[in-house]
Amino acid sequence: MSNYDYISLIPILPIAGFVLIGLAGKKYFPALSGWLATLLIGTSAVLSLFTAYQYFIVDGAANGVYPQLLPVDMQWLQFTNTLSINMGILLDPISVMMLVVVTFVSLMVHIYSTGYMKGESRYATFFAYLQLFTFSMLGLVMSSNLFQIYIFWELVGVSSFLLIGFYFDKPSAVAASKKAFIVTRFADLFFLIGILITGVTAHSFNFTDIIANLTSPEFLKEYSATFLGFSVVTWALVLIFIGGAGKSAMFPLHIWLPDAMEGPTPVSALIHAATMVVAGVYLVARLFPVFAITGSGAIDVVAYIGIFSALFAALIACTQTDIKRVLAYSTMSQIGYMMFALGVSSQAHDAGFTASMFHLFTHAFFKSLLFLGAGLVIHAVHSNDMKDMGGLRKYLPITHITFLIGCLAIAGVPPFAGFFSKEGILHAAYTTHPDIYYVALVTSGLTAFYMFRLYFRIFWNKADIHLHHFHGEGAWSMKFPLLILATLSIAAGFVPFAHYVTATRTEGHMHTDIMFSIAPVLIGLLGIAVAMMWYKNENDRADKAVAMMRGVYRTAYHKFYIDELYIFITKKVIFNCIGRPAAWIDRNIVDGTMNFIALMTGEISDSIKGMQSGKVQGYAMYFFAGVIGLTLICLYIWM
Amino acid sequence: MNNIGIEQILFISTALFFIGVYGLFTRRNMITMLMAVELILNSVNINFVSFNKYLYPERLDGVFFTIFIIAIAAAEAAVAIAIIINIYRNHQSIDVEDSEEMKY
Repeated sequence: MSNYDYISLIPILPIAGFVLIGLAGKKYFPALSGWLATLLIGTSAVLSLFTAYQYFIVDGAANGVYPQLLPVDMQWLQFTNTLSINMGILLDPISVMMLVVVTFVSLMVHIYSTGYMKGESRYATFFAYLQLFTFSMLGLVMSSNLFQIYIFWELVGVSSFLLIGFYFDKPSAVAASKKAFIVTRFADLFFLIGILITGVTAHSFNFTDIIANLTSPEFLKEYSATFLGFSVVTWALVLIFIGGAGKSAMFPLHIWLPDAMEGPTPVSALIHAATMVVAGVYLVARLFPVFAITGSGAIDVVAYIGIFSALFAALIACTQTDIKRVLAYSTMSQIGYMMFALGVSSQAHDAGFTASMFHLFTHAFFKSLLFLGAGLVIHAVHSNDMKDMGGLRKYLPITHITFLIGCLAIAGVPPFAGFFSKEGILHAAYTTHPDIYYVALVTSGLTAFYMFRLYFRIFWNKADIHLHHFHGEGAWSMKFPLLILATLSIAAGFVPFAHYVTATRTEGHMHTDIMFSIAPVLIGLLGIAVAMMWYKNENDRADKAVAMMRGVYRTAYHKFYIDELYIFITKKVIFNCIGRPAAWIDRNIVDGTMNFIALMTGEISDSIKGMQSGKVQGYAMYFFAGVIGLTLICLYIWM
Repeated sequence: MNNIGIEQILFISTALFFIGVYGLFTRRNMITMLMAVELILNSVNINFVSFNKYLYPERLDGVFFTIFIIAIAAAEAAVAIAIIINIYRNHQSIDVEDSEEMKY
């Protein structure tokens, strides 16, 4: 057994960086703060890789099962003798995998940001926020119990809020940050209720105890209390899933994610592509054995919300013209994949669990690659809109190649990383839920289409384009992470993932079925071909297709009017039916009572203030009268 | 001396008390009011001494209280006269009706 004493350094380094840079960086070492932050996160990344090495390679699986380790575990709040909240670090295959992903992507984003954010007046503040986010995310993935995960869950929400609203002089950024915070907070309310129900039912908040208690046969036999026809466990899991869906932008709580693209692009790459948005997937994966209890029904909610979000977001992504929004919807779609991959799994068929985690792993690399590439494109053309782009491949050669690799990876073309993970997901769906499989197949075609629509419209389309104010592709600090991530987008697929991560923590085997892969790959290639035909050169084929599907296109372009629906519900329904009556009661009854009391007090004191006349003899008279009065009362009582 | 009953003494002290109260309420000159207060205090002193003498002749509590009151009355008179002098400096008058700024 290896020594994991250094493990708490991994989150401590970024929080130390946050405190140091946040307090002193802006004033004393503004130019150095970027590299200091990078150094700290780099150390964390090295430690995480070392942890992974120790955990998976040196220690390995004992008797075929990877252990769940608790290198740090302290009691924090004790409620009763049996129920307490701990603070700890839990190491098991998924948390170690997430450690590597989070620190690594964060490191890449830090390096990239030193170039991308250069010249910003709040350069140091930006890095302080990035450090805070990284700390919170690391805390989240290493949490040993539900309450701890909830604390860090809120912390990532706060840092996401701060970073989306980083350009706080832009009203749209402020609105987006508020929207993101409120929507996720709304979902977190359900999460908290779910945590409390789980804690009370399982008599513990620790993941290991929850899983052990809730899946034990005695518990399943005895605990049959139901509410509205569903068992308590189902309710708790669905509520926890709603929290996860809020963070992971699952329908219908996805509305904040596209708007969150108002933040600086590195932030989108780190938070809204690779790490924070997969927190929901991670949460479901953490509690997977409980979700997988047969007959709970919660797992089906996960599956169907996941697949619906995947398809829904893919449709919208096909119509958007803001390149970051396309990527945002693509992220939502890919997270939908991860969700339904968990949803189609069960204890017996846990291939989906592995595939989901694998997709999370590969997606982190290629999606942050795509976002960082998009950042360079935006840097070059000073616009987010693909109408202003086209023919950029000559200007941005490295971005072009790496972006292409990212697109191929997400489209699931072999041998890029996305191919392996997506095949795993589709295969898992095919074996248990064929209906989901067919929808997922269509979605993967759409994925290929919209990604290559994006690719061709940025880098091809217009034959000759003249860029104003073009000053090179960008510093090496920006191109270097692209190259690293592009390499990983190819290499990550060859990791024998099932060997390390399975639902039961055993050593599994990943097998790629060549015959099975034909259909998804063909669908993907078809999507690419259509995108190529429509968008490679300037032509009106795409416009004709749009004209043919006018209604569908408009609906998808307006994001299926979900935002409008939200506005309608909040502004018209909630505002008029709840807000206004509540305001009326507040103004007239609550305030009215207080105002009446104040008014009466004023009136009374006004009428009796004459008693305080300033005449000493008058006071003496009152005093004497009082004494006489008291005397009479005493006499009356005693006589 | 012995044929004077406690009733007569109490009658005198009560009369003295109400004379004092009457003076306090009707006089406008502060010095006179102070004198009226002295009357009230001394009526109380008479009560103390007489109750001590007639009810508990073996004890001296009432007499000692009286001595305390005389001492405190002297101090009180000093303070009161100091106040009155200051009021006179401000108002050029010791009429109590002239100093009534401290009101609502």
